[in-house]
Amino acid sequence: MNRLKLPPWLVLLLPAIIILSAVVLIPLVLSLYSSFTSYRLTRPDSIFNWVGFFNYEKALTDVKFWAAFGRTVLLLTVALNLEMLLGLGLALMVSKVTQGQRLLRTMMMFPMMFSPILVGFQFKFIFNDNVGLVNNALQSLGLTDRAIPWLVDGHLAMFSIIFAEIWTATSVFGILILAGLYAIPRDPLEAAKVDGCTAWQSFRYVTLPFLMPFIYIAMAIRSLDVARAYDIVQIMTNGGPARRTELLWTLIGRTGYVDARMGYANAMGYISIFLAIFFTIYFFKKLTQSRKELGMGA
Amino acid sequence: MAQVHLRDVVKKYGPLEVVHSINLDIADGEFVVLVGPSGCGKSTTLRMVAGLEGISGGEVHIGNRVVNDLPPRERNISMVFQNYALYPHMTVRENLGFSLKIAKQSQADIDKAVDVAAEILSLTPLLDRKPGALSGGQRQRVAMGRAIVRHPEVFLFDEPLSNLDAKLRTQMRVEIKKLHQKLKSTIIYVTHDQVEAMTLADRIVIMRDGHIEQVGTPLDVFENPVNTFVGTFIGSPPMNLLDGVVKGFELEFAGGTRLPVPPGYATQDGQAVTFGVRADNIMPVGHALPRGEHMAEVEMAVDLTEPLGTETLLFATLAGTEVQAKMLNPRPVQSGERMTFQIMLDKCHLFDAETGATLRT
Repeated sequence: MNRLKLPPWLVLLLPAIIILSAVVLIPLVLSLYSSFTSYRLTRPDSIFNWVGFFNYEKALTDVKFWAAFGRTVLLLTVALNLEMLLGLGLALMVSKVTQGQRLLRTMMMFPMMFSPILVGFQFKFIFNDNVGLVNNALQSLGLTDRAIPWLVDGHLAMFSIIFAEIWTATSVFGILILAGLYAIPRDPLEAAKVDGCTAWQSFRYVTLPFLMPFIYIAMAIRSLDVARAYDIVQIMTNGGPARRTELLWTLIGRTGYVDARMGYANAMGYISIFLAIFFTIYFFKKLTQSRKELGMGA
Repeated sequence: MAQVHLRDVVKKYGPLEVVHSINLDIADGEFVVLVGPSGCGKSTTLRMVAGLEGISGGEVHIGNRVVNDLPPRERNISMVFQNYALYPHMTVRENLGFSLKIAKQSQADIDKAVDVAAEILSLTPLLDRKPGALSGGQRQRVAMGRAIVRHPEVFLFDEPLSNLDAKLRTQMRVEIKKLHQKLKSTIIYVTHDQVEAMTLADRIVIMRDGHIEQVGTPLDVFENPVNTFVGTFIGSPPMNLLDGVVKGFELEFAGGTRLPVPPGYATQDGQAVTFGVRADNIMPVGHALPRGEHMAEVEMAVDLTEPLGTETLLFATLAGTEVQAKMLNPRPVQSGERMTFQIMLDKCHLFDAETGATLRT
């Protein structure tokens, strides 16, 4: 009897290896492979139809893809910056509150507790041109007498999506920046007061440098979030009208599951991943740099 | 430069009053040290002068102005904090020049002022480092440099040496004193360390529980403490205190030990008193105390010795109370050895047993 004897370390690692392969490795390799084929969900045998870099070339020369790419970057830039500013303001105000701060902090978290799908539905209703809250309010106040097509006009639709995105995620910045505010030592702020700083100068020269690491952590987390934005957009506008709010992942989702062109969708997906990776690396670099400024960590 | 006056200054946190109506006049160019145990209100008082704490009652004057309602930046003061309070994201140069930059001075003026301050405190080689790359003593020097570049009217020091090790503390103490001699500025300095207070101050303000107990020159508060608190707080080792009763011209202590009433004190027969004597004024016979007019002798058994080199501290029991005595030109002493001690009565103190106040006439 010559039984196959595996070394003990391999036996011990095997469960982890099997699980990781099933969950991560095989889908990853499969999707990467399929991006080099003309794989269509409706014709399973097409997965063996090797097309080389055709899908990648097609994506990189596709106007629709680049439009979605640009829109995603736009959403990322606008939403992240506004969320940061609003979150900073929110955190500064909450930090000044002396009574009921705990309650306020909990309330700040509320928007994060809802599923983005529900948030999408909520804002779809709020911005609805006939029965929506916004138009209703504007008309009741006499500010306008027509139904503003919030989700139908291309620019307004993008605005509405950004609005919803900011509503859900400003508190992420708020909470993290608040944590940063709590961590600031009191002495340098007092020294700044004695050194002649006004409230604004204290904030600009002392508070803000201390907060930067926290801001960059929030940016890194949120940039990943926004770069993969799908649910809110899918519910509110479904990428419409006429693809004016089409983002990378709504485009990829549509290509893969509606048009069934999975190979092409995977190729676009791999290109899009770089966007997320780029922003993450960028913000982590900024984070390390700002920590170094403060003499923290190497 | 300016004088500082505190007039009936009160600090309250809600219903809790922590500083009780204190009055203090500080002359132009004077080095005043506020000293007292933790929680005595000395830092709070300093922070009220700085404008970092609101003033609940009374007035603070700096120069000829009442500064109660002025923010710190309009008081023309600078402050050195216990934890240095440097800006960690700025280099030493930027830290030093920060207040001038805020005051919108020209870069050339800032550079000049920073260079002068760096020269005074020998920080020149460190100018381009960040606080994180400095040692504790260097950071403290930067904090002091930041204070001096502005030529403020008053310097405030809040326990600046507490975070340094003993050797560095001694060294920085000398530097602060030199700095004061050079700048001739008004300084208010807070510490809980009576050695720092004694060595630095022109005048010492001893505080306890939000009250000023005594104000005086270092020698004055050392030689003429107004009460037992000041007597034990100032001086190291602390003054020995013995409870006794006046019997005619003598004091009687527990166990029948008797000593003459020290000269210069008003006592009544039968009065309960506290007798105070410093270790420096109670020494074994033959060990350096000159024979004076008012001497007394007691015999005590030595329980413990602490040799310090030039002198040895002897712990002995007198009338049931542990007392510390000093032995100059020390010889080895066995534990339990009985020795005759001389007490220099001219230098002894009598306090009221109940109030602790001095009975000096």
